[in-house]
Amino acid sequence: MELESAKVIAAAIAVGVGAIGAGIGEGILASRAMEAIGRNPEIQEKITPLLFITMAIVESTSIYGLVVALIILFG
Amino acid sequence: MIPKRKSSKLTLLFVGAILLLSFLLIKDAPHDGGVHVAIAPEVLFSIGGFPVTNTLFWGIFLSLVLIAMALRLRSTLQEIPRGFQNLAEALIEKFFDFTNTITGSIEKTKKIFPLAFSLFLFILFANLFAFLPGASAMTFHGEPLFRAVVTDYNLVLFMTLTTVIIIQIVAIAVNGPFGYLKKFINFSSPLNFILGIMDTVGELSKVLSMSFRLFGNIFAGEVLVAVMLSLMPYFVPLPFMLIGLLSAVIQAFVFSLLTIVFITMASEKASHGA
Repeated sequence: MELESAKVIAAAIAVGVGAIGAGIGEGILASRAMEAIGRNPEIQEKITPLLFITMAIVESTSIYGLVVALIILFG
Repeated sequence: MIPKRKSSKLTLLFVGAILLLSFLLIKDAPHDGGVHVAIAPEVLFSIGGFPVTNTLFWGIFLSLVLIAMALRLRSTLQEIPRGFQNLAEALIEKFFDFTNTITGSIEKTKKIFPLAFSLFLFILFANLFAFLPGASAMTFHGEPLFRAVVTDYNLVLFMTLTTVIIIQIVAIAVNGPFGYLKKFINFSSPLNFILGIMDTVGELSKVLSMSFRLFGNIFAGEVLVAVMLSLMPYFVPLPFMLIGLLSAVIQAFVFSLLTIVFITMASEKASHGA
């Protein structure tokens, strides 16, 4: 297998596998947030900003995979 | 309602004129069909052997803009705020109260707040400058003149290193140098030794995780928008630019939030035992 095709496959695997964890994690996060809002609808203005902030932190592991893929392809 | 209708008609006319002009004026095909993506920023010119990249140029420009805004605000302070001073005061107060809820004490907040708010403002403005229309079209001797400042990993790495070094300094100041070292090199039991090594790795991983989060979000957003623009330039890149705008604000906020949290954690006296 030549280097170019190995690079492309490696980049695809890096992004693909990294996205699994982030997808599951953000799904759990969103479902718990919806549950909390459903239980107590007045608290929505406090939960929504916290939801976005924690999503940004959870998403970061898949961003690491994306950065590695970009470095493989374009670095 | 009549003035509102006039202005919306004018807006529609304006947008239609721009679309028509772009249809007529864009005649040349893209060079190779691919997207020009480079992780390292492009060098514009060199001053006596020191290469000036486009992100350096825009970083200095952005810093000058922020300094000018701050100086103007300070020189025209009024008792009853109006206009720009009002906006700045609201932002600063809100961020100060938010920092207070995390640190828990006013003295700590007064020391942490300047660093955190400066980081927040700098990253926020740097990301928002990327959305100025027409900026990406300027070129300088064939290299694109504009590039979002945060897509330069040098800048992100050194901002993160500054923050992490400040965290270590705060930990040394609160615990004393030997108390600080005892956290990492601990021979009291094998478990504590392994925990000490993992703490060291944890500190290094803070650098990597914070810098990659900021760099990756903004750079990936730019690459995505560039690819979408090369595929279908009308209307389709808009959702990606919206996500880029949202993540620009959120990433600036998360970076400063993590700074505050880590410095607060480091400033608490280390309790004995894990």
